[in-house]
Amino acid sequence: MDLVQMQKSLQDYTKSLFLEGILDSQFLQLQQLQDESNPDFVSQVVTLFFQDSDRILNDLSLSLGQQVVDFKKVDPHVHQLKGSSSSIGAQRVKNACVVFRNFCEQQNVEACHRCLQQVKQEYYLVKNRLETLFKLEQQIVASGGMIPAVELGF
Amino acid sequence: MNSSGDSCSSLMEVAFDHHHHHGHDDRELHVLAVDDNLIDRKLVERLLKISSCKVTTAENALRALEYLGLGDQNQHIDALTNNDLKVNLIITDYCMPGMTGFELLKKVKQESSNLKEVPVVIMSSENIPTRINKCLASGAQMFMQKPLKLSDVEKLKCHLMNCRI
Repeated sequence: MDLVQMQKSLQDYTKSLFLEGILDSQFLQLQQLQDESNPDFVSQVVTLFFQDSDRILNDLSLSLGQQVVDFKKVDPHVHQLKGSSSSIGAQRVKNACVVFRNFCEQQNVEACHRCLQQVKQEYYLVKNRLETLFKLEQQIVASGGMIPAVELGF
Repeated sequence: MNSSGDSCSSLMEVAFDHHHHHGHDDRELHVLAVDDNLIDRKLVERLLKISSCKVTTAENALRALEYLGLGDQNQHIDALTNNDLKVNLIITDYCMPGMTGFELLKKVKQESSNLKEVPVVIMSSENIPTRINKCLASGAQMFMQKPLKLSDVEKLKCHLMNCRI
């Protein structure tokens, strides 16, 4: 594949993530914060998000797995995940966290277990897609090309 | 209420006077950003830096207070006698474990030193009118909805520097 084709593939791939609602406009905000002085800003923040989220999901699994679920422990974790997913534009993860928090408030253990599964599903999806996106970017850079600017408003 | 333009420019004059005496670029804001969420800290730091601000971050209100010189009794006395304001602006998340951003706001505003003149902006992911009003009533400069965008920081800077467009 030549450079132009790779750049087109990247643009199409990025667009599809927005069209599927996996990413929202906040991700575009992140990209606007990247420049020559901070060329890896997006991948740095997203990597932090992955590390943080892996830890939170682990803690959530443990907390929900207890005989008696302590919702005072569960809710702050979901709140944190909701916040960070919102901040990077991981829309479906954020939305799943909103639902999760409602069930936490109701102290509905069954529903919370389902919510956790849903959050995990959305999280692994966005993680997979973003890792692919970053790989495509790396291929372009490795071929001496520039990452095409994201078009706003499509 | 602290949101009128007049009180705003006089606040910044107080803050900038101190910087001017020390040969700092009097257009550069030094912001203390407080947030327990690592991703949000990184984001707000970048947003502020790209908007030409100097940034210090704190992961909770206690660390923020320590930085401001309100950490313990001895430091507190220094803060009272020292006219230097370390920061021009404090921007803090509302929801934090331990001391909330609201409690931090109140501590700053209750200061007898000129630290109380430092504008405090509260950020929150939740848009709750009673929460917003409570913060403004306790002296918050502004309330900002998370997630923060570049345009939010630009608006904030303009508001603080009393830009006339």
